[in-house]
Amino acid sequence: MVELLELHDLSVAYRTSDGPLPAVRGVDLVVRAGEVVGIAGESGCGKSTLVSTVLRLQPKDALVTGEVLVAGRDVQTMGWGDLRALRWAEAAIVFQGALHSLNPVRRVETQISEPIRLHEPGLSAAAVSSRVGELLEQVGLPAARSRVYPHQLSGGQRQRVMIAMALACRPQLIVADEPTTALDVMVQAQILDLMSGLVKDLGVGLMIISHDLSVLADVCDRVAVMYAGRVVELGSAQQVFGSPAHPYAQALSQAFPRVGDAAARYSPAGLGGDPPDPHALPPGCSFAPRCSRAIDACNEEEPPLLEIVGRQVACIRVGEA
Amino acid sequence: MSTPPTSDAPLLEAVGVGVEFTTRGGTVATALDGVDVAVRPGEILALVGESGSGKTTLARTLVGMQRPTRGEVRYEGKPLSYSHRSMKQVCREVQMVLQDASGSLNPRQTVYESVAEGIRLQKRVADDPEGRSEPEMVAAALAEAGLRPPERVFLRSPHELSGGQKQRVLIAGALALRPRLLVADEPVSSLDASIRGEILALLLGLRESLGLGIVVVTHDVGLAWNIADRIAVMYLGRVVECGTTEEVLERPRHPYTQALLSVVPEIEELTPVVLRGEVPDPTRIPGGCRFHPRCPAYADGTADEAGIVDSCRATPLPVLAATGDHRVACHLVSERDS
Repeated sequence: MVELLELHDLSVAYRTSDGPLPAVRGVDLVVRAGEVVGIAGESGCGKSTLVSTVLRLQPKDALVTGEVLVAGRDVQTMGWGDLRALRWAEAAIVFQGALHSLNPVRRVETQISEPIRLHEPGLSAAAVSSRVGELLEQVGLPAARSRVYPHQLSGGQRQRVMIAMALACRPQLIVADEPTTALDVMVQAQILDLMSGLVKDLGVGLMIISHDLSVLADVCDRVAVMYAGRVVELGSAQQVFGSPAHPYAQALSQAFPRVGDAAARYSPAGLGGDPPDPHALPPGCSFAPRCSRAIDACNEEEPPLLEIVGRQVACIRVGEA
Repeated sequence: MSTPPTSDAPLLEAVGVGVEFTTRGGTVATALDGVDVAVRPGEILALVGESGSGKTTLARTLVGMQRPTRGEVRYEGKPLSYSHRSMKQVCREVQMVLQDASGSLNPRQTVYESVAEGIRLQKRVADDPEGRSEPEMVAAALAEAGLRPPERVFLRSPHELSGGQKQRVLIAGALALRPRLLVADEPVSSLDASIRGEILALLLGLRESLGLGIVVVTHDVGLAWNIADRIAVMYLGRVVECGTTEEVLERPRHPYTQALLSVVPEIEELTPVVLRGEVPDPTRIPGGCRFHPRCPAYADGTADEAGIVDSCRATPLPVLAATGDHRVACHLVSERDS
């Protein structure tokens, strides 16, 4: 299978008046054609920063080290011309919050056609318009809806428009940042069905970011769990959601109770404490201060991501006898 | 850890409540179309539904923020009169915790001011049975909401707090008035997964320690499974199924509830039934059973085999009673039961 996205030892730090603030720390990840890879984590774990580096959209004050390869080429070092040709055409991002990412005073058609007109300037207006119609039908909206403004659409329909826009220039890689947050469960199921269908039909690679591990478990082949800028567990979706190994992945998985599970009745599972301040990360494992299984050795050095129990886990207590 | 209350008269109930909104063009949107629900002291009731089901409108109507166009809301058996004087008591005893903690706190007020505001408006210091001062009452409320030691957060502004802490401040603001019932609209939907459990545990703990009744509005059936005693599933302004949490979530009978549960990612044993389209426009509520245009049992011919298609299309369903056994508003279920 073709590697569409490769992250090699990717780190991102933001320059602040208090010194560099690490947001992503040493992430290695690969997305291949026809594969769905999920990234799970909570606010501040670095997942959106990671997404921004895929198309070199990170803010100016971000220091990026390591490599981001899209279709084998390093996005962070390529020239502007190459980068512009790559955005939309080879990789596209479905941004978080469909409500705010669409321009409220432009028709849906204008917004979907913009990348097409920029990347294929020779195309006639009629050809662009019929392409927009096809795209809308591909995401389950009638082609006639191209004339409406975003406020005339429901949340789920707007998310479909965002996906149509991402597909506009036939990219091989699609990155979706929280594609179903703020949608109802039924609409969420519709959008997830749509995206899985696109991967199957078009053979694209898809990376989905979400704070909801259960959403990822449903559609992903592989899932990475991030905590304080690092990947702490990476494995198949069944492994990571069904039998998580890292204590943080376990807490995340238990946070969404299974209906019918008597143990969850009247006893919601929570995790005490807050994520660490990135300016003052603990010396050892960054999860140790909140971890019920932490021992003294956990505070000594950051555990590496190792192949244990059929997946990669960064925890010294996993796999112990 | 927590037990539902034994039988008691309802503390707060909606009786045949209807709410209509007239749009600028003159069309009438029916947000609630006849709803009976009741919550007893110390009971946790979950109103479950998608956007547009009317669950938030029902919550607002229950606390008196919205006057019903039909029917009435009763507190301790007496209809709300909406006069300033009588609302003051209801407002104190029935507190609403708003959705989206970040947007609901005044960014220029300190935590202390936010919590003290209700105490001042309700002049609670003058008639406090324990003779406490205002700072003592604020501190007690913050401590009950799990912010300890409370003095440490008094002078913080909302932007200095995490999402979970903001939600706790909102809950403290409600607790400061010594309410008997909390109405919480999506209390954890904007929070991270690991914080979610902590806030739900707090709500359960408050029921245990203060005997609070809670109405929780949510789209999340997992949340209902975590904390609710009873559930009312809403669709397009009506309750379509209600009963105990076990009855509704483990043995759902309405095709809508069944579909809703089948798409929850955690429930693997059910084949997902993804309904097409979205909840219809409340200005054009379908005739007969309001769910029939999206109903999988209607679409796949099950209703036809049972010979009830005409009822689904034309016969409106009765409003479900607020209390009693597992109740379902569906022609197919009634046909099978008869």
